[in-house]
Formats: sequence, structure tokens, C-alpha cells
Amino acid sequence: MKLMLATLRRDAVLAARNPGEWLNPLAFFLMVIVLFPLAVAPEPDFLSRIAGGVVWVAALLATLLSLDMLYRADVEDGSLELWHASGEPLYALALVKALLHWCISGLPLTLLSPLLAVMLHLPDSAYLALFLSLALGTPVLSLLGGVGAALTAGIGGGSLLLALLILPLYVPVLIFAAGAVYQASLGLPYTGELAMLGAMLSLALALTPWASSAALKLNGLR
Amino acid sequence: MWQQVVQFYNRFASPKWFYQQSSVWVTWLSAVAITGALTGLVWGLLFAPADYQQGNSFRIIYIHVPAALVAQSAYIMMAVSGAAYLIWQRKMAAWIARAIAPVGTAFCLIALVTGAIWGKPTWGTWWMWDARLTSMLVLLFLYFGVMALQQAIESSDVGYRAGAILSLVGLVNIPIIKYSVEWWNTLHQPATLKLTEKPSMHPDMLWPLLIMIGTAYVFLLLMIVLRTRNEILWHERKRQWLSKVLEF
Repeated sequence: MKLMLATLRRDAVLAARNPGEWLNPLAFFLMVIVLFPLAVAPEPDFLSRIAGGVVWVAALLATLLSLDMLYRADVEDGSLELWHASGEPLYALALVKALLHWCISGLPLTLLSPLLAVMLHLPDSAYLALFLSLALGTPVLSLLGGVGAALTAGIGGGSLLLALLILPLYVPVLIFAAGAVYQASLGLPYTGELAMLGAMLSLALALTPWASSAALKLNGLR
Repeated sequence: MWQQVVQFYNRFASPKWFYQQSSVWVTWLSAVAITGALTGLVWGLLFAPADYQQGNSFRIIYIHVPAALVAQSAYIMMAVSGAAYLIWQRKMAAWIARAIAPVGTAFCLIALVTGAIWGKPTWGTWWMWDARLTSMLVLLFLYFGVMALQQAIESSDVGYRAGAILSLVGLVNIPIIKYSVEWWNTLHQPATLKLTEKPSMHPDMLWPLLIMIGTAYVFLLLMIVLRTRNEILWHERKRQWLSKVLEF
């Protein structure tokens, strides 16, 4: 527990000292969103229909950008081995890392979502759906992404491989989250989709740290 | 009973035993696969009656349905062999998992392509973003991911384990494919064949289909055995037993 808190504090300090690492994906996220009205069509009617999907696709890409560095530094400087030697379960490390990743990627995206909703002319009825779908869905992205990051941490040039491994696993989250926003923009109930996202989050919270820790153990064998 | 299972597993996990026994299996499996494919294809494509709505285009199910079933089963087999490797660390399990991946990918591609060819005259489009089609496409990407990961890691043991972990995580997609047509009311029709119910197809159409499904599984086994034999040849190339076997 003490080690978990210490790691969380260390990584938070590291993130605060290197703001570029997490601000760049956020800027990228904003720019991708701006590209859609410019490239596809700027009409408000049209934008409001595709807004949920656009925000979610951009969120997936931004999450991928910051995932690659999740374990890489720890593998390279030996912190991972120290953690392993300390006898604390790697399960806990995977949870801490996913939580921290969510704090610097998913959480800011969630907080930015009302601004994006305005930019993309999302109907008022869908603001809450977009916010809630991001709040429930982005932790799943961080948790699943943690497995991919752990698998590819020791491989040179693993970031493209990471995208290849993880994007298929993100598809169900994308379908239900974008579905919730779309339903809400039509004024239809969307609690079913949110419940599915919540179910995915519970499942990911219980199972992915276990897979990540199995993958992290491989780095010692390499 | 249990001891016999363990004994069989231990023998099965020995590359030498597998290599020596499997040459007979290859003969039998290929004989069954060739006979089955000839019977099923000739019966299905030439003699089965045409569908009253779809005409002759329905005949593609004799390829499409077996390929789709085998693509999913192959993924489960790959994940289970991967799990066996993670738990008991027998190299044979990892080699079998490696042998399955490209075969399953090929079946997945066949299912998607034949589905598109059938969809054009029947639905009027090559592709629909329908739940089952999309989840089959995700299955294809999962196969790609597992193969890419296996290839990217040089140390074979770590590569096997990484591939096994990824294929186990991807296993959640299989029930999604299976039940997608029941959960979401989409374009792809629900399964015509169910183990628990009497089939709704006419026996003249059904029998060739059952023969083709059986044949596809036999062919999958044949491919796995052949590819596993290749893996054994490569990995055990410096072992004495192999050079002794190959001398004869």
C-alpha cells in the first residue's frame, strides 16, 4: 500500500515536471476535432450528428499516444525490477499505472467535453451523455491500454505495434459510448448503453491488472 | 480415468512422440478432408436444391458457414493452447498456438470475403456495418495483433507468453460474435443450425452443409498438425532424436 502511494506520488511529480508528455496528446485531441468541421462539412446539423463519434475516435487516438510511455521508462531504468523484488504484487502496480494514466489522459478529456460539445454543435440533450460516456469509458481505455503497454514495453519501436494490438479491443467501448451520445442527441434514453459501459469498466477493473502483471513479468525474462 | 488424461497430456506434450505419431494422422486427416470436401462440394454445389428465394447464390453457405465457425473455434483453440503454455510451460502448447494463428486468420478472411460476395446479390451491398460483420472484422484484427506480437519479440519464450496473454484478453470477442445477431437485431440472420433445436433447413440442403462443417474442422486439424510438425522440425533441429528419425 505504501509502495502504491509512493509510486503514485512519484509518477504524479514526473507528470507535473514533464507537462509536454500529457499536454501534447491533449492538444492533438483538440486538433483532430478541429479537423473534422474543416475537412468534412461545417454545417451545424451535420456536425451535431457525427459529434459523438468524432469525439470518441479522437479520444481513442489521444489515449494511444500517451500509452506508449506508461511502462517504458520503468523497464529501462530498472524501477520495474525493484518493484518486482519488493514482493508487492504487480497487480497493484498495474492498477496504479492505469489510474495515473487515466488522470492525465481520460480525465482532462472528460473535463474538456462540454467545450467540444459546443464546438461540434452537439444538442443540449447530449451534453450529459457525452460527459458520462467519457467518464465511464476512458478508464476502460486506460486499463485495457495498460495490458498493451505492458506487453510492448520492452520492444523497440513498440508504439505502432501497441496501436495494432489495442485498437481492436477498444471497439466495443467505442460502439457503446458513441451510441449513447447519438441516442441522447435524438432525445432517446441512453441508460442502457451507459450500463454496458459501466459493466465493461467493472470487468476491466477486475481482470486487466491481472493480465498486465502477467505481461510485466515477461520483461524480466527478456 | 484422470490419471489416463494426465498421461495422455504428458505424452502429447512430448515433441518426439507427437512428431512420430503425427505422420499417420496426416495421412488419415488428409484422406478424410479430401473425401469430405469432394462429397460436400459436389453435393452442395450441384445436387442440393436451389433456394426458393435466393436461387443459387445461397450455395456459398457451404464455404461461408464452415469457414466462420472454424475461424472462431481456431481462435478459442489458440487461446486455450496459450493458456496451457502459461500454466504448464510445455513448449508444444506454444508451438501449437503459433501453428493455429495463420490458419485461423485465413479462415476468417475466407468467411469475410465469401460473406461479401453473398451479400452483394442478396443484400445489395458488399459490406454493412452490421454487428456480426464488424465483430468478425475485429476477430481478424485480433489475429493480426497476435501474429504481429509473436513476430516482434525475438526471444521465443517471451513471444509465446505475450501472444498467449493477448489471445486470452481477446477471447472476450468470441461470445460477442456468437450472440451479436441475437443481442442486436441487425441484418445478419440468426444461426440456422442449433444443437438444441430441430434444424429448419431441408435435409437435402442440410447434409452437405454438415459434411462441409465437419470437413472444415478436419482440415483445420490437418493444418495444425502439419504446421506443428514444421515448428518441431525447426525448434528441435539440433536434437539427436530428430536426426535419427530423419535418417530413415
